[in-house]
Amino acid sequence: MRRLVRPWLYLLPAAAVLLPLFGYPMYMLGLLSVFDYRQAQVSGGQPTTFVGLGNYARLLSDERFWQVLAQTVGFAAALVVATLAVGAFLAVVMSRAGRLPRLLLGLAATAAWAAPAMTGSTVWMFLFDTDLGLVNQVLGVEGYNWFYDRWVTFGVVGATVVWHSFPFVMVTLYAGMQAIPREIFEAAALDGAGQWNTFRRVVLPMLRPLVTIVVIQSIIWDFKIFTQIYVMTNGGGIAGQNTVLNVYAYQSAFGSSEYGLGSAIGVVMTLILLVVTLFYIRALYRSGERL
Amino acid sequence: MKFLSYTAALLAAALVTACAPSTAPTTGGGDERTGTLQVWLYDEPNRAPKEKVVGEAIAEFTAKHPDVKIQVTYIPTTPARHEKFKGAFNDPASSPDVAEYGNTDLAEYAAAGGFSELDLSGLDLSPDLVKSATVDGKAYGLPWFIGIRALFYRTDVFTELGLKPPASLEELATTARTIRQKKPDLYGIAVGGEYTFGALPFVWAHGGDITSLDSEGARKGVTAYTGLLTDEVCPPQACASLTGGKTVELFASGKAAMGILGNFSRSAVDAGAAAGKYAVVPLPGVSPGSVAPAFSGGNNLGVLKNAKHSSLAKEFVRLLGGKPYQIKMFEAMGNLPTLTSARDELAAKEPFLKPFLETVTSGTRFVPIDPAWVKIDNQKVIPTLLQKVATGQATVEVATTEAAAAVKGAFGGS
Repeated sequence: MRRLVRPWLYLLPAAAVLLPLFGYPMYMLGLLSVFDYRQAQVSGGQPTTFVGLGNYARLLSDERFWQVLAQTVGFAAALVVATLAVGAFLAVVMSRAGRLPRLLLGLAATAAWAAPAMTGSTVWMFLFDTDLGLVNQVLGVEGYNWFYDRWVTFGVVGATVVWHSFPFVMVTLYAGMQAIPREIFEAAALDGAGQWNTFRRVVLPMLRPLVTIVVIQSIIWDFKIFTQIYVMTNGGGIAGQNTVLNVYAYQSAFGSSEYGLGSAIGVVMTLILLVVTLFYIRALYRSGERL
Repeated sequence: MKFLSYTAALLAAALVTACAPSTAPTTGGGDERTGTLQVWLYDEPNRAPKEKVVGEAIAEFTAKHPDVKIQVTYIPTTPARHEKFKGAFNDPASSPDVAEYGNTDLAEYAAAGGFSELDLSGLDLSPDLVKSATVDGKAYGLPWFIGIRALFYRTDVFTELGLKPPASLEELATTARTIRQKKPDLYGIAVGGEYTFGALPFVWAHGGDITSLDSEGARKGVTAYTGLLTDEVCPPQACASLTGGKTVELFASGKAAMGILGNFSRSAVDAGAAAGKYAVVPLPGVSPGSVAPAFSGGNNLGVLKNAKHSSLAKEFVRLLGGKPYQIKMFEAMGNLPTLTSARDELAAKEPFLKPFLETVTSGTRFVPIDPAWVKIDNQKVIPTLLQKVATGQATVEVATTEAAAAVKGAFGGS
């Protein structure tokens, strides 16, 4: 009996914090999503009505939702790959660089990491400004609007997001690399492994747990991207061509005071993220067994 | 077994209804005759003159009611103001007695039950303006002032090229093209893909409306407006993402030969390179010599349902919204009075106002007074329509059909 109870007892403090802080909002989100709940209902002008899955039906039958969802998935996937590539590359650079360059790289990354998303986006937006931007002045393309073409816009916003999120990947992987014993590298070198093979066959497998965390974190962050798109494209770009799911949810829920519909979008987003994460963990677990 | 599942279903239903999300209490408010009257007014970039006029009104009011104090709070006009108002509707304790609010927000605030009905009898307001403060036959605010847009043009450019101010929308387009052809570093007219209230007069002039964007008239209007968002007038690369405010900057900085600006933009233009080199005419309509209907955007003064001093609040609204203070507000801020007699008085002494007043006289239009408008506005239905056409992502037919469906959806969901 005691054996059964003890693990729960240990979990209790964490649960006491997590349940009210996380469970209650989730519960409210789910609850709101089955009601017709707009500003008129919040302030008591009209009665609240239960609409069952009505909000979900409205959402799923909306062509725009699917279009935005596809766009978000594509953009997030590209961001995850880019963030990991940049982060991993710089982690390797960092582990090989001398003291001063390493210090400088660390400082630059920390600064990017510490910059609030709002500030970073605004600064990047100024850099790419049509008339006064530094980028246009340096490139000598005065009057070029970086936020006109859909893909160019996604490129600039994507670069900002990667700039914001690569430091976490870099620092985590760098710390992991430092923990790998020297002898393993020596053994690999003796066996004739080059740089790329050492990285792929020695470093990566040993960092697998860290990579898992970093990938999941990146997926969650990039799927939920909001500030950069909202600020830099003025709420979704020309004709809404750069809208992502979170911006869409914000415009539906708060902009239009459709709290019920907005909650339904929130629930759908949470479910998608849960499924993606579960699949990823499961895939890792399987391949781990084979080793 | 069957009984069990029934019970479970019942229990679930009971749980759901019992846990229905909370709504604010509907009671609140009162009719106290003493104490402090709380007033919310919109903050302004340059608040001092407004504060001075309001201060005079307060002095006059408190002279009559010695045991009443008035506390004015200036609230920022950012979208966050909605949250502040919603808070006031939801919680009587944080509610003011009187508030200034944008008339496009009216429908949502009225549907939320936030404001109480006002008696507008005895005020010489035009029916157009009364309509812009009325929901379901009840007035929820006293129109305090309006802003009207008209066509600003550069007199120096027009004289140099031997042009006359356009008398119809078609002439406007040809004039704009001529200017850009002869002076390639100028935009013929500053228009923007996000400038809803610059585009709507084109739609209204052709007989279309927001609720019938796929009608023939609306399509003609959209075609006429987006015809200006081309390389020959205002290139989409630069203009497709411009808001109304940005077009003011373009005209003021001397980069555009014409612009659709409001009477409230005068100080911005006078502070720029275009100062002293411009004149204003009403935005022309379809047939030569006609005037395109302008949007009568402006602010109302309302009494909140949660007000603790409702009679005093109504009296203060009548005072601050009355003729003497409307004229004082014009002199301080350049806001156009809503009372016809006040406008007539000003027209005699302010020649700058003539084109704007002419526009008001020939009829103004307003957005649908329905919570759906807030949705249409927030989902950027009209900017999306204009931008899709201007960037060639969709034809006028396709884009207007989509926009009409979005408008219908916004109305259907409310």
